[in-house]
Amino acid sequence: MTAQGIKGKDVASGNFDQNLSGRYNLDKLFATAAWAATIVSVLILAWLLFTILIDGLGTINPNFFTAFPSRKPENAGIKPALFGTLWLMMVVAATSFPIGVGAAIYLEEFATDNWFTRMVEINIGNLAGVPSIIYGLLGLAVFKRIMEPITGGNSVLSGGLTLSLLILPVIIVATREALRAVPNSMRLAGFALGANKWQVVWSHVLPSAMPGVLTGVILALSRAIGETAPLIAIGAVAFIRSTPSSLQSPFTAMPIQIYNWVGRPQAEFHSIAASGIIVLMVMLLLMNAVAIYFRNRFQQTR
Amino acid sequence: MTAELPLNDIAPGTWRPNRSRSQTIQLIVKIICGAFAAISILTTIGIIGTLIFEALSFFGDLPGELSKDGQDVSYIQGVIHFLTAGRWTPLFASKQFGIFVLISATLMITFISILVALPLGLLAAICLSEYASPKLRRILKPVLEILAGVPTVVYGYFALLTVTPFLQLFLPPVEGFNALSAGIVLGIMITPMIASLSEDAIYSVPQSLRDGSYALGSTKRETVWSVVLPAALSGIVSSLILAMSRAIGETMIVTLAAGANPTLGFNPFVPVMTMTAYIVQVTKGDAPHGTIAYETLYAVGMVLFLITLALNIFSFWFVRRFRQKYD
Amino acid sequence: MQDTRPQTMTDVALKAEKISVYYGSNLAVKDVFLDIPRNQIVAFIGPSGCGKSTVLRCFNRMNDLIPIARVDGNISFNGEDIKRFDPVELRRRVGMVFQKPNPFPKSIYENIAFGARINGYQGDMDELVERSLKGAALWDEVKDKLKDSGLGLSGGQQQRLCIARAIAIEPEVILMDEPCSALDPISTLKVEELMHDLKSQYTIVIVTHNMQQASRVSDRTAFFNAQATEAGGKMGYLVEYDETQVIFSNPREEYTRDYVSGRFG
Repeated sequence: MTAQGIKGKDVASGNFDQNLSGRYNLDKLFATAAWAATIVSVLILAWLLFTILIDGLGTINPNFFTAFPSRKPENAGIKPALFGTLWLMMVVAATSFPIGVGAAIYLEEFATDNWFTRMVEINIGNLAGVPSIIYGLLGLAVFKRIMEPITGGNSVLSGGLTLSLLILPVIIVATREALRAVPNSMRLAGFALGANKWQVVWSHVLPSAMPGVLTGVILALSRAIGETAPLIAIGAVAFIRSTPSSLQSPFTAMPIQIYNWVGRPQAEFHSIAASGIIVLMVMLLLMNAVAIYFRNRFQQTR
Repeated sequence: MTAELPLNDIAPGTWRPNRSRSQTIQLIVKIICGAFAAISILTTIGIIGTLIFEALSFFGDLPGELSKDGQDVSYIQGVIHFLTAGRWTPLFASKQFGIFVLISATLMITFISILVALPLGLLAAICLSEYASPKLRRILKPVLEILAGVPTVVYGYFALLTVTPFLQLFLPPVEGFNALSAGIVLGIMITPMIASLSEDAIYSVPQSLRDGSYALGSTKRETVWSVVLPAALSGIVSSLILAMSRAIGETMIVTLAAGANPTLGFNPFVPVMTMTAYIVQVTKGDAPHGTIAYETLYAVGMVLFLITLALNIFSFWFVRRFRQKYD
Repeated sequence: MQDTRPQTMTDVALKAEKISVYYGSNLAVKDVFLDIPRNQIVAFIGPSGCGKSTVLRCFNRMNDLIPIARVDGNISFNGEDIKRFDPVELRRRVGMVFQKPNPFPKSIYENIAFGARINGYQGDMDELVERSLKGAALWDEVKDKLKDSGLGLSGGQQQRLCIARAIAIEPEVILMDEPCSALDPISTLKVEELMHDLKSQYTIVIVTHNMQQASRVSDRTAFFNAQATEAGGKMGYLVEYDETQVIFSNPREEYTRDYVSGRFG
């Protein structure tokens, strides 16, 4: 009686046949489906993480971090992959950070609405939707082949530049948002003191947008760190037994090493692939944590 | 009066703003930043340029590859062969170049992934926005965003080593490499993306519309279904298309779990080869520049690029056409 | 305090007895007693933050939708406690028009048909749409573009569309929450004329900031005021409720006199 009451007017009232109980049953069904979908999604992802932890935790030991890949799974380690990834990240950060932030400053602070700006904006929107393996084909043709004298072919530099191009749109979009969040009054205050545009941007706008910019850059780097396909496309799947010594050195990287191990038939290699995944995911989580830290600081100062 | 102004206490020579120098620096900075912005245009030109250049060499070499026993093949016949042939064997001695073999595998896997991700993602988005408490929403939203950033090689591991054996328990005809497992895991991978983006769209539907619907005597489901979802439609569709475009271009899951067997057909239990898996297969080995194998990379890349570009343009158009403006 | 009852007790559509509304632990409105007579227009006036909209939203249980809101006291609709109604059924019979026009992003036709369809309307839909639009004095302006989006109409037309939408489900009472505050004077006049026409069939409760509007359209007027609470918030209460003419010419309370003569608010 509580839910229906007079409500019991399931019977027609006036010109209406409300069929309340049927409608409420549908409501319950729908709510159940919505909750079920959410729970199922969370459970599947938990299953994924759980599987990897179970498969991989056992084979993580100090040797795993210091050893080189080996034909014998018990001796294999990720040292070259770890160093390769660190080298890659340095190249990616060193190129994509200034270029992405500079491009965003141009679009947000300097650009007037002309054909060039509109072209750039359309391009950024489209580039964000291009599959990463296509960037790999670009890197293969341009960085590995045409620019071989500079990059050394299949090298840290080729890989890093390819990944840089891949995440540039992400960095530009994030930086523009951070710049847009800086109140205009700050710019006007700077102009009122006789500073020109660049002086205002450099000494006021950019510093206060910096936490937001860094959040975006770190999140973009964390995307680059897990990318496998473009690196395979430029040919970085070789069996490497050394850490990179220069930008022109051949390299391997974490996701590529994982890919190699997953593709082996022996189950032992699958465990060390899972161990590699755990290391990679911990790196990603740390980067995300730093990004969230910056984001929170960013939100406080606003 | 004026003597008390601090400016006058200071020797006139103290203020020497070097305006022209500042202006020069600003000009230089502006040019550099503009050049950085132009890199995005260069990237696009680079992508389209290399794809077209190598794809054109492919179509130029195609008739020669197909001709045998003194039987000449024209350019037109080459293109027709590319679009209609039922086999894809560029690395074999008897070469065939039927791109549709690869496209069919890509489409089948994408279709399976959408079948998984659309109901899961959309219902999860509805749940988070309309049914979950604000606290749960605050927790789950960032989790979704982090999950959307899990490297795809991890999902590939999951598909090959966990989901495929699991499927084989129930469906014996499932082979070690198969489209079904890759499609399901691909769906799992894009679910957080659909959920997160659709949730943004649903959450931003103004409360006044929900109130208006409730005030007409509608239940919660009726409000969500008939008022909120239609109002968020442009955002939902664009999240779906973005996810689809991501699925079509996804490489690692299909390379690891779907196999490398170019077969025409839509049997999800057997190994297939997608466009992206083919690119990996060729680049993993060494395909020297100038060979037909190298050129096929770019022909396949071109087709892949055109499909995702069409989807992105469609999404862009759809949002502009159907977005509701609320003030 | 005073006799707030209409002359004929039998013809009360809505009756509020000792209504208090809490948001969380915050008391927003305290102890409201109020009778809404059938087929009359009752206006709620008062300074902002005095809880008049909050009280209005009690009548069709819209406050149920706000998780932290709690309503104490009794409201009866046609003599029955509204808590015994299903909220969906109650809202079908006690319609509401909001401050800002909120047409659904659908066609004009669908805006009207939506409520009727979900509530299982048995008659001819085209006829209902036409009747409702005519009832809201909008038919002549939109009869040739029923398939166009409701969002394409002007603000005043949108608000009349919302009224048409409300009367399409044949309610007995229409609650109007500052329906003209977002409209220009000409649209406001149209809505006010419309209210006069609707009075014969519906009971109308209107919240308004505009005292001239209250004096123009209403039969009875309730004046709410707000007082500061110890917690630093505002608590609304009903000061005086009487015939509109009395409230504006000869109110009992000093506060009311000050407010209607424009001394505060």
